Amino acid sequence: MDAKRRYTAGVLKYAEMGYWDAEYEPADTDILALFRITPQEGVDPEEAAAAVAGESSTATWTVVWTDRLTAADTYRAKAYRLEPVPGSEDQYFAYIAYDLALFEPGSIANLTASIIGNVFGFKPLKALRLEDMRFPAAYVKTFDGPPTGIVVERERLDKFGRPLLGATTKPKLGLSGRNYGRVVYEALKGGLDFTKDDENINSQPFMHWRDRFLFCMEAVNRASAASGEVKGHYLNVTAATMEDMYERAEFAKELGSVVVMIDLVIGYTAIQSISKWARRNDMILHLHRAGHGTYTRQKAHGISFRVISKWMRLAGVDHIHAGTVVGKLEGDPDMVQGYYDVLREPRNEVDLQRGVHFEQDWAGLRKVMPVASGGIHAGQMHQLLTYLGEDTVLQFGGGTIGHPMGIQAGATANRVALEAMVLARNEGRDIWNEGPEILAQAARDCRPLKAALDTWGEITFDYTSTDTPDFVPTATPA
Amino acid sequence: MRLTQGTFSFLPDLTDDQIRAQVEYCLTQGWALSIEYTDDPHPRNTYWEMFGQPMFDLHDAAGVMAEVASARATFAGQYIKLNAFDSTRGVESVRLSFIVNRPAREPGFALTREEAAGRSIRYTIRSYAVERPEGERYP
Repeated sequence: MDAKRRYTAGVLKYAEMGYWDAEYEPADTDILALFRITPQEGVDPEEAAAAVAGESSTATWTVVWTDRLTAADTYRAKAYRLEPVPGSEDQYFAYIAYDLALFEPGSIANLTASIIGNVFGFKPLKALRLEDMRFPAAYVKTFDGPPTGIVVERERLDKFGRPLLGATTKPKLGLSGRNYGRVVYEALKGGLDFTKDDENINSQPFMHWRDRFLFCMEAVNRASAASGEVKGHYLNVTAATMEDMYERAEFAKELGSVVVMIDLVIGYTAIQSISKWARRNDMILHLHRAGHGTYTRQKAHGISFRVISKWMRLAGVDHIHAGTVVGKLEGDPDMVQGYYDVLREPRNEVDLQRGVHFEQDWAGLRKVMPVASGGIHAGQMHQLLTYLGEDTVLQFGGGTIGHPMGIQAGATANRVALEAMVLARNEGRDIWNEGPEILAQAARDCRPLKAALDTWGEITFDYTSTDTPDFVPTATPA
Repeated sequence: MRLTQGTFSFLPDLTDDQIRAQVEYCLTQGWALSIEYTDDPHPRNTYWEMFGQPMFDLHDAAGVMAEVASARATFAGQYIKLNAFDSTRGVESVRLSFIVNRPAREPGFALTREEAAGRSIRYTIRSYAVERPEGERYP
């Protein structure tokens, strides 16, 4: 279309405005996004993909002559590929490329304001989901990434060769600071590396934050002296304002805590701010993904947790809750392993079964420790180690505190089960199949583990996942 | 008390066969074994004494076990640990570390508290063993 016609006042289709270009070859420096689009009936999928590209970059609903004051052709995002989603009649994968100049360096808020800013309420689409993104090395390098990272965290804690162990203090609400610290002490002394505030423990009438911090640090130090190990409690500094959060984080630092915690609901800018604080103060930063289920769980609409994982690695957190596979919360094995790959690997290859659609070079950015939390217990240790590997924090809240012989025994059961399983795996045993036998054997030297297996050994959470792979392997003839 | 640093401290002390199996695993992964010992097991005592260099060129578990035996003979009353080092880019750190020798009696740690303003307390962890001079801590 010649320029005069293109810029005549009026309404053009997005595809005609240049937001669809099947010939476009994405540059190495482009940011790429993969959307799952469900067009309204009668809407051409190419036009729907172009509309997403348009509304997430330069377009508005009508032609504007002021485009001609810019190098508009380069600033337009381009939908360049469209594929039907396997096994689905009305959904398409739309690939969109964005020029690097569209984005402010080092700002998740700016990135997301474009990519998810306007398009999700767009009328011609029934539903829209951001499935994956690819960030060029040049863009990755504008972020500081995790303040500590897996390798340095292990060196600071002097803990190698096994997943770390944690527990969330329960009940999550209502305990006084003094009673809360009791749970922390018992769990850490029994053998856990970390205990944790829950996402909604901030500063309530029953427990002011300063009180919690003081009692928890008494517990941490007592347990450390009793074991000779470095221990920590994730002190949740989530608060109403950044000023409050800095005040709490500073107090945690003064008290000698090795770790502080935030919730995802504080927002991307607050996360990046506290990440910079954590980097300045040698603090491990734990992120609880509070709220993510509202937009990550449904397959047709929202944002995949894989994308949230990538954003959080850029934004710079050290720990992030990323699923357990076997516990009480949503998590298909392939999907969860895909999130772990994105958080922990120096580079990701395309792995469609795990939902990883792009190669991603992390350009030396530190690795985030995924946290498995929610309805897991010692009897699942072989499954947890097989699915999630070594660089993870396994958090047994109920599975520690609900132990019939008490909290210390619960912690000891988990630690013994874990060490026995790692030992067996390293010896070359088939832990997937021999797991229950390995645990039973370890329980012979450890009454708390026996009690844990007797109480929870048979507990499973077998529900169908809603967020599942679109691509399944097909047998190829030999 | 029982010092629970290291990967397998919550299990009964590993037998030599069990230690050898772990060494073989580490060698298969391409990691270099090293031995360190100390009589100051403070949780933040990062630099235990090195019992020789890391064994980058030793690919035989029997050789590593001979070094362990030699370390035990020399420092029987001290903590000895085996580390496995992974020089892969992006890791370049210890991948496995476990205690293979410990003193007969482990006196543990004292926690001292210094009361500070606003109910804050400054904590110091001190090993009872370090009350005696280096080398005489675990007779």
